Amino acid sequence: MKLVAVTSCPTGIAHTYMAAEALEEAAKAAGHEIAVETQGAAGATPLDPAVIAAADAVIFAADVGVRDRERFAGKPLVQASVKAGINDAAGLISQAEQLAAAAPVGAGALAPAAESAGAMPGWNTTVEAGAGIGTRLRQWLMTGVSYMIPFVAAGGILIALSFVFGGASIATKVNGGTFQGHTYAAIIDPTKILGQVGFAGVLYFIGSTAFTMLVPILAGFIAFGMADRPGIVPGIVAGLLAVAVGAGFLGGLIGGLLAGAVTLAILQIRVPHALAGVMPVVIIPLVTALIMGVIMVVVIGQPIASAQHGLTHWLNSLSGTSGIVLGLLLGAMMAFDMGGPVNKTAYTFALAGLASGNLEVMAAVMAAGMTPPLALALATVVRPRLFTAAERRAGEAAWLLGLSFITEGAIPFAAGDPFRVIPSLMVGSAVTGALSFAFGCTSRAPHGGIWVVGLIGHPVQYVLALVCGMVISAIVVIALKTLRKPLPAEERQQAIVPARPGAVVAA
Amino acid sequence: MSALITPELVDLELSASDRRAATRALAQRLCDAGRVTDLDGFLDDVTAREAQMPTGIEGGIGIPHARSRHVTTPSVAFGRSGPGVDFGAPDGPAHLIFLIAAPTEGDADHMTILAALARRLVHASFREALSTAADPQAAAELINREVSGK
Repeated sequence: MKLVAVTSCPTGIAHTYMAAEALEEAAKAAGHEIAVETQGAAGATPLDPAVIAAADAVIFAADVGVRDRERFAGKPLVQASVKAGINDAAGLISQAEQLAAAAPVGAGALAPAAESAGAMPGWNTTVEAGAGIGTRLRQWLMTGVSYMIPFVAAGGILIALSFVFGGASIATKVNGGTFQGHTYAAIIDPTKILGQVGFAGVLYFIGSTAFTMLVPILAGFIAFGMADRPGIVPGIVAGLLAVAVGAGFLGGLIGGLLAGAVTLAILQIRVPHALAGVMPVVIIPLVTALIMGVIMVVVIGQPIASAQHGLTHWLNSLSGTSGIVLGLLLGAMMAFDMGGPVNKTAYTFALAGLASGNLEVMAAVMAAGMTPPLALALATVVRPRLFTAAERRAGEAAWLLGLSFITEGAIPFAAGDPFRVIPSLMVGSAVTGALSFAFGCTSRAPHGGIWVVGLIGHPVQYVLALVCGMVISAIVVIALKTLRKPLPAEERQQAIVPARPGAVVAA
Repeated sequence: MSALITPELVDLELSASDRRAATRALAQRLCDAGRVTDLDGFLDDVTAREAQMPTGIEGGIGIPHARSRHVTTPSVAFGRSGPGVDFGAPDGPAHLIFLIAAPTEGDADHMTILAALARRLVHASFREALSTAADPQAAAELINREVSGK
């Protein structure tokens, strides 16, 4: 059997090398080939990618984050402390044997991982040894974001296209509800969509199905960035439950971080060798998913439900206040969590307004929901160096998503750097919401964005409100990102890699 | 390049009640040899490292170590203790204690030598030879020879 291993320890002068030697000896004794990368003070010579590709299993004996662990994604992985590498190298080797035997033949790098190693160098999964908690946190978040972006782009563009081809009523026709006085029944059986609504309905259904994976993928791969493969199950379960309890992407983000932490904690528990084989396949997924499930449903879900209830109550009590104040407030709410509980509360409030004939609230809410992706798209064009390659690619899709009132187009940016991005977006959206009210704009459509401009009252002023919020958010986000400490040289370098293969590299 | 260890840095009858005392006695030798400039400063660095995770290794070994700005030359001081000193290993006290001192700005060659020492420690034959070394001269020669790979 062919094995690869990485060893590392805090000081990098003793344990790293002892573990490497012990693993090499144990592998030799068991009749296996092993190549060990020592990430220590003498400098690490990276393993030959061909050797990694040929390996049947991977062993991490490390007390600090393994650098460039992305290279090993998808391989059966034994994760242990550096001391376990020294004291129990033979045990780790036999765990690796069992894992490799249980893994599907030709287990290799996950497709997205392979892609990121080659064509897309912008993924920041590198958790550097000794990096501060702030840096690591950002790297974990960026790992989740990088895997989420393709879902945002694919799902979002499909939904946008469905509006372009099918008109603003397409979502209502598929999901059921009332649109401009017509009531549609929800289509339960997806195979009937084509016949009843047409191809645009199918586009909408595909897009919104892809969108349901947004938060689970974000949470799953944040946990993956922290705890590697064992993090995926609890992370995705946490993400699915975040959606189910209406916690939105912020709930998924927190769920992903918790899932990673829970998994790392459970991986620390030493188990008898007899149990070691079933740990990764049965016990770790079971226990971590159970813990995360309880946390998401009981600890996080219930407070969110009551907070949402309280917010709705409060918004209703505000009827009668000036439209501009309501616009500011609803605008900020729309941008706060982009599909999460606060956003949903504002949107539901607008839907209720629409049903009772108040068209101004819906106009303000829709405009405020269009601003965030547009502002970020603008910012990536004006100051590309402040964004990673992955973010700039998300920025290209964000134009279309913003114009289509798909606020989720901003999530990749917000999830990667929430404390700078979310406040910036709230400011711009609040301005847009207030201006929409001030101009007396109205909307008779609950979604559709710029594609339903025919249903908007005072469309020219409406676009003006949008542009104002977009420019303000872009300015604020650029200012906040410029003020932060400069990115490490390595990341900055990644950030100026051309977005598309074949693009000219600026010297 | 000066040798990793000299006979002056070997104490074959290290008497110390605990790991602090053992580390201090060995660090004193590094200090006397001019390889460590500030005894207490260096000990603080070693203690900080030890606090992260005990450095006892199964097989009766303790490897207190640190990268410290008070170290001038990558060095190891070696102590042998009959009764043993607890370094937090699960299988009992350490009889062979290696105090590894690395400068913060060591070049790769120096670090490679320390890496080689760490790798040799895993081998029972090396530990065996050190357990039975007759005098400091022999122990120092053995260590220097093994880490140079000859």
